[in-house]
Amino acid sequence: MTLLETRAVTKRFGGLLAVNKLDFEVDQGAIVSVIGPNGAGKTTFFNCIAGFYAITSGEILLDGQPIHKLRRDQIAHLGVSRTYQNIRLFANMTAMENILVGQHHHLHSTWIGTVLGTKAVREDEKRAQDEAGRLLRYVGLRGKGDMLASKLPYGDQRRLEIGRALANKPRLLLLDEPTAGMNPAETAQLTDFIRNLRDELGITILLIEHEMRVVMGISERITVLDYGEKIAEGNPAEIQSNPRVIEAYLGRGGAADLGIASAASASATNPGDPGAPTV
Amino acid sequence: MTAGTVAVRVEPEAQAVPATTTNWRDIAKIGLLGGAVALYLCLVGIVPIFNTRQLIAGVITLGQIALFGSMAVPGAIAARKATTLREALLAGGVAGLITGLALTLLVLVGSVIDLRAMFLNASPELYSMLTMGLGVAGAWIPAVEGLLLGAGAAAFGQLPDRVRSPVARGLLAVFIVGLFAGLLRAPLMSAGLVELARLLFTGDGLTVFGAVLVFTVVVVGRIVRQRIGVAARVAALPAERREQLRLPGIAILVGVIVVLPLLLGPFFAQVIALVALYILMGFGLNITLGLAGLLDLGFVAFFAVGAYTVGLFTSLAEYGLLDVPFWVALPFAMLFAAAFGAILGLPILSIRGDYLAIATLGFGEIIHILAGSNLLLPVLGGPRGIINIPKPIEVASTNFLAGPVQIYYIALIFAALVAFVALRLRAGRIGRAWVAIREDEDVAEAVGVNLIQTKLLAYILGAAFAGLGGAIFAGLVGSIFPSSINLFVSINVAAIVIVGGMGSIPGVVLGALFLIGIPELFRELQDYRFLFYGFALIGMMLYRPEGLWPSGIARRELHVGDEAPAMIAGDTTPITRGTMS
Repeated sequence: MTLLETRAVTKRFGGLLAVNKLDFEVDQGAIVSVIGPNGAGKTTFFNCIAGFYAITSGEILLDGQPIHKLRRDQIAHLGVSRTYQNIRLFANMTAMENILVGQHHHLHSTWIGTVLGTKAVREDEKRAQDEAGRLLRYVGLRGKGDMLASKLPYGDQRRLEIGRALANKPRLLLLDEPTAGMNPAETAQLTDFIRNLRDELGITILLIEHEMRVVMGISERITVLDYGEKIAEGNPAEIQSNPRVIEAYLGRGGAADLGIASAASASATNPGDPGAPTV
Repeated sequence: MTAGTVAVRVEPEAQAVPATTTNWRDIAKIGLLGGAVALYLCLVGIVPIFNTRQLIAGVITLGQIALFGSMAVPGAIAARKATTLREALLAGGVAGLITGLALTLLVLVGSVIDLRAMFLNASPELYSMLTMGLGVAGAWIPAVEGLLLGAGAAAFGQLPDRVRSPVARGLLAVFIVGLFAGLLRAPLMSAGLVELARLLFTGDGLTVFGAVLVFTVVVVGRIVRQRIGVAARVAALPAERREQLRLPGIAILVGVIVVLPLLLGPFFAQVIALVALYILMGFGLNITLGLAGLLDLGFVAFFAVGAYTVGLFTSLAEYGLLDVPFWVALPFAMLFAAAFGAILGLPILSIRGDYLAIATLGFGEIIHILAGSNLLLPVLGGPRGIINIPKPIEVASTNFLAGPVQIYYIALIFAALVAFVALRLRAGRIGRAWVAIREDEDVAEAVGVNLIQTKLLAYILGAAFAGLGGAIFAGLVGSIFPSSINLFVSINVAAIVIVGGMGSIPGVVLGALFLIGIPELFRELQDYRFLFYGFALIGMMLYRPEGLWPSGIARRELHVGDEAPAMIAGDTTPITRGTMS
């Protein structure tokens, strides 16, 4: 069953076509990756789904219902949560408070009730605190609830961001480069964690990732973008052997195996203007 | 904040330079700068006007402090790098001398050319003060004063800390007590301790005996504290014991707050009533600005709605409509202000940050102009305003609640209520959503916060409390004019919240005391007090941007630990087209 579907989604910034007529599907309960070279439009695509950008044309459907005209909070209410490529926590709030904000629409306290301290509000708050404590432990931040988000170590910040996203009880979780800046051990741990989110909580996961070991290890389907267009789609094995993908990543003539491509190959290609055609 | 930045510690170059060389060029620069400041203080009129305020009766005035300060400070600065007493005296003396020479020059030039064409304050009185009444013949006096004060300040800086610190505190205490002599004298007088009051204070300022007493008490107290190590002992106590120690302190504080207006007499009661009113409004804006981060500079618009509502409902004069008591009008004042907040807020709350400030600034001006306009003249009385607004509590003029005292209590009680509302909300779902919006609006919306609804609630609550403030203001003054509805109300309230510490309740109290209370106490210094108000604001933002009493979180953020992790380490690695790392 399809959870998320995009139909000919296009996003244009002035003269730049960031996402071009993209048709895309995510099945309920799947783990799907979007990969592609820098500037390929992956994060733009994410921002379109989560309502950060208004799309130029096309349709985005969640459970068959169009969501591309909704506000971000409405999309969140429908069960779409996300994380950010450059972590965006509420820096001056504690870890606990970050998670509590994530529960916002599952709580029902009114301002009058909060001022009066009614029983309903106190119970609501108690439930929220318990749930937030449980989530903190779930993402591995036991005992760090009172720390300011900005004072947490980098890896913990990544985990807290996922915790905040989970607090919304999402059906679809968008992860934008969750392992960026992590060492191999942390990366492996996080990969297992993401898989568990799907296996244990049944959350459908869509991720952008540069770390090929992660992508190939957990994705059931992979979509490759280049210049805002889908150039390939399939399971990990199909993607690894797809000549168009290899070309997009390594330039014409590149023959390195995608799974083991290293940063050294960067020097062989043109790192300049992302709009320029690859030679 | 600190995340993502790389702190590179640069070794101070000064270490390479032999410490014994006295840098004459720097000393001359400091002296000249001091001279410029001294000339400015004299010619702008600060010294002559401050001269009317006695600190220690017959001994020293505030003007002399300003003048001598402008000579001593360059001396202290010039000598701060000196390693020996001789060097310090030399550097400080020369810097002070240069400063003093600038004033000598002023006296000499002033005797030849009449500077009053340009500088109104270059009066004979100023010259007389600078030369101790000798005229041109005493032109050398400022130079010698500068030499002595500069050298003196430099020598003082060379004293060991255990001597310098108590003496400096003693002098500071004498200065502060002298400055607030009137305020401190009033309660003694009204408590019947007239003899004690006479012994310590004259009409304005300390007596010599009072000054010596204050100095001695502070110095001895400081030394005793150092010997016993009170601070260390308190810190060593277990947490519950420390809590217990705080309780009597809080009880005394509350007691003082309650009896304060009864002790201070009518003038000071008016001042503290105004301070209490601004505390109330500060608490209100603290919700909008401190928690939700909406920089609202149109606070006065809602203040006006509240004040005019009370005026129209209760006034016994021409424009009064209903002649109802203040307490009937009050809820309507808040309601109308809140309704205005909703109407004005809805179209503009999608504007962000600085732009919101400008838009709200416009509202304040629109209301100000409307209130004084011919259009609303038949309703609001135009520039003549609405007069004869009865006091909230009608009592005989001999009753202790007559006049501003009742306003003080009313404002404080409502301030406590507003603070309670703010604290309750902050601890719950809505307060968290506000702070989240303040931190990152886009992300807050993406986690499910309805921005318009949530911001609007903060804005409406702020507006309602502004209306409450306006209503009480109308009760305090007994009339309301368009000229009371000015930008400075908005600016003052915003400054109180920012200077006090965004989102902090005690910060607002401190901010109101400093920004409203102190300028009111220095009315005789005319508009120069606002010069210092301005300096204080600039200094605050430079040296204490988190405010006087920041909320716990802001304090942690700005001052605890520099071990902040590199937050976006992943982003600094250039991932270029063609890599798959």
